[in-house]
Formats: sequence, structure tokens, C-alpha cells
Amino acid sequence: MATYAVEAVDLVKTYPAGRKNPPLRALDGLTVSVGEGVVLGLLGPNGAGKSTTVKILTTLSRADSGSALVAGYDVNRSPDRVRRSIGYVPQKSSSDPMATGLENLVLSGRIFGLSRQESLQRARELLDRFGLTEHGDRPVKTYSGGMQRKLDVALGLVHRPKVLFLDEPTTGLDPEARADLWNEVVRLSGQEGLTVLLTTHYLEEADRLAGQLAIVDHGRIVAEGTPEALKASLRGDSVHVELVDPDTDGTVRALLGQLPGIGEIVVEGNTLRARVDRGATAVPAVLGALEDKAIPVVAVTVSRPSLDDVYLQHTGRSFRVAEEAA
Amino acid sequence: MIAHTGLVFGRWMRASYRQPALIAFTLVQPAIWLLLFGQLFQGVVRLPGFGDSSYIAFLTPGIVMMTALMTSGWSGTSFVQDMERGVMDRMLASPVSRGGLMAGQLLSNATTTLIQTILVFAIGIAAGARYDGGIFGYLVTIVASMLVGTAFGSLSNAVALLTRQQEALIGISQFVSLPLTFMSSIMIDPTVAPHWVNVAARFNPVDWATIAARQSLAAAPDWSSVSRHCLYLLAFTLIVGWLSTRAFRTYQRSV
Repeated sequence: MATYAVEAVDLVKTYPAGRKNPPLRALDGLTVSVGEGVVLGLLGPNGAGKSTTVKILTTLSRADSGSALVAGYDVNRSPDRVRRSIGYVPQKSSSDPMATGLENLVLSGRIFGLSRQESLQRARELLDRFGLTEHGDRPVKTYSGGMQRKLDVALGLVHRPKVLFLDEPTTGLDPEARADLWNEVVRLSGQEGLTVLLTTHYLEEADRLAGQLAIVDHGRIVAEGTPEALKASLRGDSVHVELVDPDTDGTVRALLGQLPGIGEIVVEGNTLRARVDRGATAVPAVLGALEDKAIPVVAVTVSRPSLDDVYLQHTGRSFRVAEEAA
Repeated sequence: MIAHTGLVFGRWMRASYRQPALIAFTLVQPAIWLLLFGQLFQGVVRLPGFGDSSYIAFLTPGIVMMTALMTSGWSGTSFVQDMERGVMDRMLASPVSRGGLMAGQLLSNATTTLIQTILVFAIGIAAGARYDGGIFGYLVTIVASMLVGTAFGSLSNAVALLTRQQEALIGISQFVSLPLTFMSSIMIDPTVAPHWVNVAARFNPVDWATIAARQSLAAAPDWSSVSRHCLYLLAFTLIVGWLSTRAFRTYQRSV
């Protein structure tokens, strides 16, 4: 039997109505499991329920119903044991800005029951591992965003947790700092049997970091698997047509629908996406049909399936549109 | 819980001594109050009820309690900052004791109160206040002021956990602390205050502390009154301390 580091079944969470907001069903029967030593990426747009899932699994929040085991412990019945087994890196920076990097790490170690000496040693080790040694004695408020984020991850690792939760680890970082942090996370995975559950709304990040992916939409998992398997489950290639004018009356959709070997046409404003058996033969046919009807085209591109296509297939909208709606 | 209290206390003490401007402000403010109100209300000693005591001697213990109250109203702002960042969430997902998280912060707040109390006395005595009560009177005053600081510090922390907003916290704390200051014997002897103020003061923890302090500093203290008022104050502090620790749960329900 495979052992799971995280097993969540049928999680439901509704936030009560506020003065301005209607009640919000953040999780609607979410079920997900993460094998030991696996890096699982929860991918979805803002508001899909990713952070809520993490908050429940880290015992910060409680689900209305459903159950979850983390590192073998029930989050509702033994929250303290769960807390001792996990590292949590919240979405917002979680270091104390008035304290130095070293002081932050030492305090965290001591809260987890390490002695002063052990904490100090572990803190130095982590500063070194994240390339922060020379900044260790400076207050965190003087750190750059990328350095603060690295310290956040280090704070989650002080007590050698079994499961590490990274909630949107690179949101708000510049591309360079993001690439830097990605390297750190890649180095983490596979070490000391650490299981990582990370949430992201960057397709590229999910593709790059996660061994396993779970796509979240409206509080449920809509697709699961390795990034490769998810992409392979899509047949053929993806064709992307950018039109000059939006296809408001559905002419283009109808026109292309008649072509052989083309399917799953989705129109969003000026862009039209479709799935084709073979990209090389489909492009001339698409262009020919559009030219016959004198429909002006900006660009046609053909690509191997991407996670965006996977997302589109399972949620019926492209990731970009889902993000904008959120 | 005790170990965690110590760790959390250490964190806040370190944070405060790294903000010298804030320290200066928390020390200058009570000095100004004492001297300002001391000048402003000098004449009230001529009213019946004050006896032959000097107003500054009367006012000093009152300003001690007012300072403890006013400064502690800000206590929760440190919690709000932790919530605005991810510090609070990281802490609450760790095995840290909730009681320790609260007590450590309150202890650092009480340390500020202690320093302020000593400073206010130093200024009061320099301005001519004299007390016959001796060292025990000062000790009672110090303990009472730290209890006021802790009780209203926990209330402020609880409001912080419930509202999670700096503006709401400051608004509520101002709304509460001014009436508590004036519906008490901090500045004026109860014999010259309207009856309803005396009735309200009877339920005012800041007034309990002021009475206990003044009595214990007097030449012939009424010890039963001192111990009764200290006991009320202690009970009040424990109750609001417990309630504010419960507020972590309310906060966690809303995240």
C-alpha cells in the first residue's frame, strides 16, 4: 500500500456572509492525496480554494466537514502532532521584520523545542543553505523581497518537518528572484524524504516544480496526475488563432468546426483555440478556410499541449480568463 | 507554556529596544501629562475634600494608572502587524502555546508600564510630591499599574484579533480609555465629583488601581480597601487575559 503524507477527503469549507460579501463556499468536496517524498502542485486561479486547503491542512483553519490526515495525524483530533510534523510558509511573508534573519530562525527552532545551541546551529546551517549567511545579522526589514521569501522557506524547515506547505511561494517576486527560489525548491525535493505541497497560479511554476499536479477549480480538484501525463491525455496539438475582430456571431467557430480533424473549439474574445490531430496539416486548412471567407487573421500558432490546454480542457476556460474573473 | 512565554517575551522586548523613537515617546508622554495636568488643576486643592495635600502628590498615582491604560491600548497594534504579515499564521500553525503567545506579549507590555511608572514617580517627586507610605506603597502602586497594563493590553490584543484592523483597534481603544480616565478619581477627589461619576467609578478597574495606590502611599493606609481593590483588579486581569487567549480561536475561524 502506498503511504501518503497528506490525505484529504471531501473537504468542505464555507465562509459566512459578511456585511458586504455573500457566503463563500471556498471548498466544495475537495479530495487530494500526496505520496511521501512527492512535490505536489495545487494549481488554480485566485479564489479557487488553494489557500483554504493549505490552511485546513496546517490546522490554521477547520473544515466544515470532511477529514484530513497529515503525516499520519488527524488535523482535527491531533492538531498539535500535525503542527510538529509540518512546516508552513504562508502566502504573506512570515518573518518578524524587526528581528534579524538569525533571530527569526533561532526563535522558530526554540518554539519547536530545540535547545538554544541546536537552534543556533540549525539556523546557521539554513542561512548558509539559502545563501543568506552574510545577511544573517541584519534586521529582516532591510532584506529584498527575494531574500525575505528564502528566509520564509528556511523558517518552515528549521525543525526538519515531514511535510512542507508552500503557499504561493513566488507570488510578487521579480523573475530573477523567482528563478532563484525555484532552484531552492527543486533542491529541497527528494531530500530527507520531504513531502512538499505547494500552491501556485503560475502554470510555468507548476510545470517546473511539481512531480504531481492537482488542478483546483471552484473548490474541487478537476484533474490530477504528473504534468506529462496530464499533457499526454490531450490528443494531438493545440492551435491558437488570433483574429483581428472578435468572433461575436460565431461565424468563425462554425466555419472551423466543419474542418476534418479539429475539435474542442473555444472562443474567448479575439482568440480561438482548438485541438487538432496533426498541427502540420491543420494550419494550412484553417488559414485556407479563413481566407476563403475573407476573415482577417493576426496570427496562427501551433503548439504541443501545455498545462494551459490541460486547464482549458478540465475547466472549460483558459487560465488567463479564469484569473481575470477571480 | 512558560518556555514559550519567555521566548515570545524576548522577541517583543528586542523589538522595542530597537525602536528608540518609540521608547522616547512612551516616556515623554506621561511626563507631559503629569506636568500639564499638575499645572492645569493646581487650584483644585483649594476645594474642600483635598485636605492639605499638594495636588501633584494627589495626581502622580493617578497619572501612573492613566499612563498604564493609555499605553496598553496600543498593545494590540503589534498583533495587527503580525496578522498583516504571515507571522501570526505561521505561529498559529506551529506548536506554540496560545497562552504563551498572549502572555509573552503582555509581559513585555507590563515591562513598559513598569518603566513608565518609575519615571512618573521620579518626575512627581522632583516636582514636590511626598508620600508617607514607604516602600510598600510604591510596590503596591507598581503592581497595580502593571495589572492595569496587562488587563487593558489583553483587551487591546483581543480587539486586534477580532477586528484585524489598525484603525478599528485605535478607534475602540480611544473610545474606551478616555471615559475610563475621567470617570475615576485619577484627577479629582471623589468628594467633589458628581454622584453619577462616583457610581461609574465603582465599576472602573482603573479607579480600583488608583484607590489602591493612593491608599497604600498614605500615612495610614486602609489595608482592607487596598487589598479589596487589588483583588478586584487581579480577578479582572485574569478574566480578560483568559478571554483574549480565546480570541485566537475566533481569529482562526475567520482565516
